[in-house]
Amino acid sequence: MTKPFIEITGLTKRYPAPKGGEPLTVFEDANFGIEKGEFVCIIGHSGCGKSTIMNILAGLDTPTTGGIIMGGKEIAGPSLDRGVVFQNYSLLPWLSALKNVTFGVRARHPEWTREQVVEHSQKYLKMVGLTDGAEHRKPSQLSGGMRQRVSIARAFAIQPQLLLLDEPFGALDALTRGTIQDELIRIWSATEQTVFMITHDVDEAILLSDRILLMTNGPYARVAESVVVDINRPRNRAEIIHEPAYYKIRNHLVEFLARRSKELAGQQNGRESAGAPPKTVRPGLSEAEEPERRPAGRPQLVSLAG
Amino acid sequence: MTMALPERAKALLLSLVLLATFLGIWEMATPGSKSGGQLSEYEMLSGGGAQQARVPPPSQIFEKAVDELSKPFYDNGPNDKGIGIQLAYSLYRVLTGYFLAALIAIPVGFLIGMSPLFYKALDPFIQVLRPISPLAWMPLALFVIQDSQASAIFVIFICSIWPMLINTAFGVANVRKDWINVAKTHELGALRTAFQVILPAAAPTILTGMRISIGIAWLVIVAAEMLVGGTGIGYYVWNEWNNLDLTAVIFSILMIGVVGMMLDAAFAFVQRSVQFQE
Repeated sequence: MTKPFIEITGLTKRYPAPKGGEPLTVFEDANFGIEKGEFVCIIGHSGCGKSTIMNILAGLDTPTTGGIIMGGKEIAGPSLDRGVVFQNYSLLPWLSALKNVTFGVRARHPEWTREQVVEHSQKYLKMVGLTDGAEHRKPSQLSGGMRQRVSIARAFAIQPQLLLLDEPFGALDALTRGTIQDELIRIWSATEQTVFMITHDVDEAILLSDRILLMTNGPYARVAESVVVDINRPRNRAEIIHEPAYYKIRNHLVEFLARRSKELAGQQNGRESAGAPPKTVRPGLSEAEEPERRPAGRPQLVSLAG
Repeated sequence: MTMALPERAKALLLSLVLLATFLGIWEMATPGSKSGGQLSEYEMLSGGGAQQARVPPPSQIFEKAVDELSKPFYDNGPNDKGIGIQLAYSLYRVLTGYFLAALIAIPVGFLIGMSPLFYKALDPFIQVLRPISPLAWMPLALFVIQDSQASAIFVIFICSIWPMLINTAFGVANVRKDWINVAKTHELGALRTAFQVILPAAAPTILTGMRISIGIAWLVIVAAEMLVGGTGIGYYVWNEWNNLDLTAVIFSILMIGVVGMMLDAAFAFVQRSVQFQE
């Protein structure tokens, strides 16, 4: 098997012990890969270290052990090759929407003229639907959905090799979230961007991603499973719910989060399993396609593919 | 009828009524003094012939104000200069000392705001130096600098440095982590992070410190000039007191207030221009 574009090996985060106590291990031995152009979501309960994994990928945090190799090079420190969309948008409030985007584009292409920078930025703002003067408003004059659109435009405009989304729709109302999810799919399929995203929302993960990583509860959280979303693209919210695979995958995810994430929690990896990638699960495949026979509608009895 | 007026107009109206009432009571409480012609030279010297010197009525102060403000820049020698010249001297000292202070306070504030090490190292000095009355520095300043004008500027410098320093450090230290992360993920260098992210983010807090400082500087200059003498609005007040010209004293007190208000308004304007809403 060829090495994936991004390879995460043996990633562990421990915080030093408070006086007299044991060090706190948030997660340990995370091993997984992300292919170029792939959209990967990670789901887990609060405290399992999803955000820490993302911050390490962004270069804003460092792992206790283990490392990440992207395109043959080890990740050390933040870089414009990895764009980040934060949950709270992290727009600079004293700059207009357009200036927030040009801020990123100027950093990416310092050699460009002002016109080039503005033109490029406006192209991406248009992609997320900010036009007709809205791009000259300050973030405080925009709705939450609009702000997150600007943040997404800023991240896409620098054309990073890896786009990191940290619960980008967490603070938005359900209707706005739906619209922006559809927009995100549209932009993503047009750009073939590699995306790694944190979410709490099972439906969102199925709609958007190629693969979903499931984490057990912390401390000693692990990336336990890699669920392949076997639903054809292009997808959209209205049609995906009619796919038979949709509910199989959904049930599998919900069952994991509701029950197994707890059961598997705290189990320290044995020597024999150390360094192993999470097992790949394809609950969406129909029985005929499945390599092993599993009763349909019982997604908790997972199939092991590949 | 008044109900239809907007809040601002009502407030203005009420202000005018209060002013008129205050001035009216003051005017009536002050018996009209005899005109100067009827007094002997001795009577004039001893306070206008009255049993005791009286505070002049507002009408006299108004006359004085019209007179002084109609020729603000005349210069008839050391003890007789127009109010405009005196205020200009004071403003020159305040602004010189103030901007010298800003030149030091803002970079140093940046440094201690960004580095916990420098913050901890410099904090004891700041805590000891800050509560010292600026005028307490005056003898030392006069001895070391050997120039009364420069000493006045130094006193302004030392009193306006602290609010700017502390507010800059506070503003810089409390820039949201998210914005710093934005700078980091965009690979901004230290200098560009400072100017493009930290400075605009901390600007409202820095400007608050600058506004407090200019207010303090204007308070202190009057006292400093009373000590140093020669020129300036503080000297003018003291000189008119020595001349027993209470009309001029009250007039200059008003002018100190008006100029202070204008300085504050100017900084409030700058402050609004760097303010942002999250």
